Amino acid sequence: MSRSVLGERMSTEVRAFSRALSERGVRVRETTAAEAPGVLEAEIEPPAVGATLDTVPVDLADLSVQVTHDPTPQELDDAATGITDAVLGIADYGSVVLRGGPEGAEPVSLYPDRHLVLVRAADIVQDMQTGIGAIADSIRDGHRSHVIATGPSATADMGELVEGAHGPRSVTIVVVSAE
Amino acid sequence: MSADRERKAATIRRLLDTEGDSVYENVTGFNEGRYESTADLEDYEQLRDEARTIKEDAIERLPELLSELTAAVEDNGGSVYLAEDEADANQYITRVASAHDAETVVKSKSMTSEELAVNDALEAAGLTVWETDLGEFVLQVADEAPSHIVAPAIHRSREEIAELFNKVFEPKERLETATELTEFAREYLGERMLDADLGMTGANFIAADTGTIALVTSEGNARKTVQGTDVHVAVAGVEKVVPSVSDLAPFVELIGRSGTGQDITSYISLFTPPTDSPTFDGEPLSAGGGDREFHLVLVDNGRMAMRDDELLRETLYCIRCSACANVCANFQHVGGHAFGGETYSGGIATGWEAGVHGLEATEAFNDLCTSCSRCADVCPVRIDIPWINEVVRDRRNRAGGQTGDLDWVVEGLTPDAEPAGVDLQKRLFGNFETIARVGSALAPVSNWVGALGPVRQVMERVLGVDRRRDLPQFARETFRDWFEARTAPTEFTQEVVLYPDLYTQYLRPERGRAAVRTLEALGCRVIVPDVRSSGRAPLSQGMIRTAREHARAVYGALAEHVDVGRPIVVIEPSDLAMFERDYEHLLPERSVERLSAQAVDVMEFVLERLKGDADRQTLAGPEAIGSAEIAFHSNCQQRTIHREDATVAVLDRLGFDVVESDVECCGMAGSFGYKQEYYELSMDVGEVLREQLGDPAARDRLVVASGTSCQSQLSALLQRPNQHPIELVDPLHCS
Repeated sequence: MSRSVLGERMSTEVRAFSRALSERGVRVRETTAAEAPGVLEAEIEPPAVGATLDTVPVDLADLSVQVTHDPTPQELDDAATGITDAVLGIADYGSVVLRGGPEGAEPVSLYPDRHLVLVRAADIVQDMQTGIGAIADSIRDGHRSHVIATGPSATADMGELVEGAHGPRSVTIVVVSAE
Repeated sequence: MSADRERKAATIRRLLDTEGDSVYENVTGFNEGRYESTADLEDYEQLRDEARTIKEDAIERLPELLSELTAAVEDNGGSVYLAEDEADANQYITRVASAHDAETVVKSKSMTSEELAVNDALEAAGLTVWETDLGEFVLQVADEAPSHIVAPAIHRSREEIAELFNKVFEPKERLETATELTEFAREYLGERMLDADLGMTGANFIAADTGTIALVTSEGNARKTVQGTDVHVAVAGVEKVVPSVSDLAPFVELIGRSGTGQDITSYISLFTPPTDSPTFDGEPLSAGGGDREFHLVLVDNGRMAMRDDELLRETLYCIRCSACANVCANFQHVGGHAFGGETYSGGIATGWEAGVHGLEATEAFNDLCTSCSRCADVCPVRIDIPWINEVVRDRRNRAGGQTGDLDWVVEGLTPDAEPAGVDLQKRLFGNFETIARVGSALAPVSNWVGALGPVRQVMERVLGVDRRRDLPQFARETFRDWFEARTAPTEFTQEVVLYPDLYTQYLRPERGRAAVRTLEALGCRVIVPDVRSSGRAPLSQGMIRTAREHARAVYGALAEHVDVGRPIVVIEPSDLAMFERDYEHLLPERSVERLSAQAVDVMEFVLERLKGDADRQTLAGPEAIGSAEIAFHSNCQQRTIHREDATVAVLDRLGFDVVESDVECCGMAGSFGYKQEYYELSMDVGEVLREQLGDPAARDRLVVASGTSCQSQLSALLQRPNQHPIELVDPLHCS
């Protein structure tokens, strides 16, 4: 397989992923690693907390807005925005796979009202079966917490659909391409 | 007996009045969502096959998978407890709580924990328990039981929830909107989740290879329940185990779509506990460490016995998506407080309740399943839910229904294979063939007698036949009598067998006459054999042995025709469905295959001939009828075997314009609508059909319906006549 074909294939998945998100009414931004800090700054509602970003070449310390890394429980409780990366995107569903661990990505993605998720374009797969396969590998590598997250938390238990139940009220996905 | 029926009728009437509207709105919304969402899924049928295969394999290898799972969880640092029954599970969980001096327990939604009534056990031990799923929280505040296995509080409207919260919590500002109610509950429960000492979740699936549990949720409360506590107890039935994480893929794609009609729920958590996210014990978070204790409580409570029970085993494949409840016409109208047992509700509840709580737990609701079979068509793991209901009904019959003084009356009329003591009402309807034969022989006197007030009073009191229903009118000349008296055409291109179903034979011979004329016009020589009724009537009453006798007789009478390759043309769709689906349980596999290969819906047969060389001018079209506009109500069982399209295609080819109803069932469902305790529910279900056919888009159209009982229901609902589609295209109209 030539490089250009591989590139086209990936961009098909990114397009499908963005389309699925838009259909769900989830905000999606496509950017490059270099421009990601600017995009994030525009999306953040302070105060913000952030987890270490493992999958995208972006450092939250580079942002002009303050993002508290490894917050205290109180800082987490006060935060309006939580920023994490995703280990995968699943194009068919507009889902991201959040991986938790001892650094606290799971609470950062769960407690603040706004969740900003960075996902690397190359980590977007087309279908659920491929996604679950990758999660299975990650579990075998010793990671214990994965959440396939699709849109904000929601409930219809109070008589009609409300976004923002126990989890975030809004989710913004930032797709980061290599260039 | 009669008092018992009146009690059931009163319960249903009360629920129709108080909860019916809210249940209907929500459940039909889920049902429509499922149709849309599964239609979008390209591999839907293939995923159902995969899911089914995985469950079959998992239950087959259950003991081995449970050992593998136990080893995996222990390797991960957790504990596994296999609880024999409810008391055993509750004692273990209470012990875990005591060992940690826990005061407060927070729970995410779990039907298995409802089955255990674990809240009562924990509260008896002095603990405070909070349900954090918002629907379950409403029920906890209201002190009510779930009315739906996925959306437990759907029987309550927003207004009722607001009133409840305002009364109980007395907030400073009165709560009104769904957003206000949600925010209030989020805040209230948020604090409790942070303060809690122990978090309980269920598990939708558990992977044996890694010890990973899958939690399918939308609110985020299950994540917080795990995140905010140091001790995690997951409770699950042993049947939740699948071999590996990879096996979760089809279920993840099917469960939300099949249930509430969402492509996917907001969160599918795949936790491999004990999870290592930091607890809230340190500053900063990472200093708290992620030391959690994890206990997986696997509940048997009758499941291993269900696994050994050939007829209940399939229930264990259930993923509790709620599709069988949402698609069920009766459930749509009454909800799970009527159509449910101690814990579970909807079609599959009969299997679960019989398995975990015992046969008697199904007594109150099992008869609400009318065998319409719509659930079998939508179950993501293809469980034959109507069959489970019939099997349990059969067992209830055999466990000794009430014996009455008048048993001998029905005994005399009912040469069936059932023991004395089977409920008289069931025997009456189960032996409808005998009654129809006698009624037809004595017509019109039998019809006059049946119309007499005193007779109807006795029928209602003794047999539970509701006097508000018009009884079927027996035909003096049966279909076969008519057929045998006529001369068959000498020129033909094909020989076909027309199956004289019970209703065409004794009640609606006009359907058979129209079918014969149509088939002959299409170049067929028609054979109408002397053959028994299909056994649908006894099967629907849980009289399985009697139904099997019918099936054997039918196959015996048709075998020679099948062997020479004659099509077996069927007018009554519920009988075609009987041959293709239900006979799988009553006859050898090979017999069913052979019969199914030859059996064909009458309109499907007409369609094939029209696609071939048949001249459509020989059949009646809009000109002969004087109208082109048709409103068609397909039969529930016809929809399950996907034959309704053939009728529409034939009418379309002949130049008719067809609109279709989209109700799952007319509400009559064979004998169901005649029963005193269910008459009002039957009419309430029918009301939707009445509205659809009375709508401006349909009210001037000719009404066409394929099922006998749909036809009877439509006669009761509408002021205008209805007919089987074969009567519409009858060449007689052309002459």
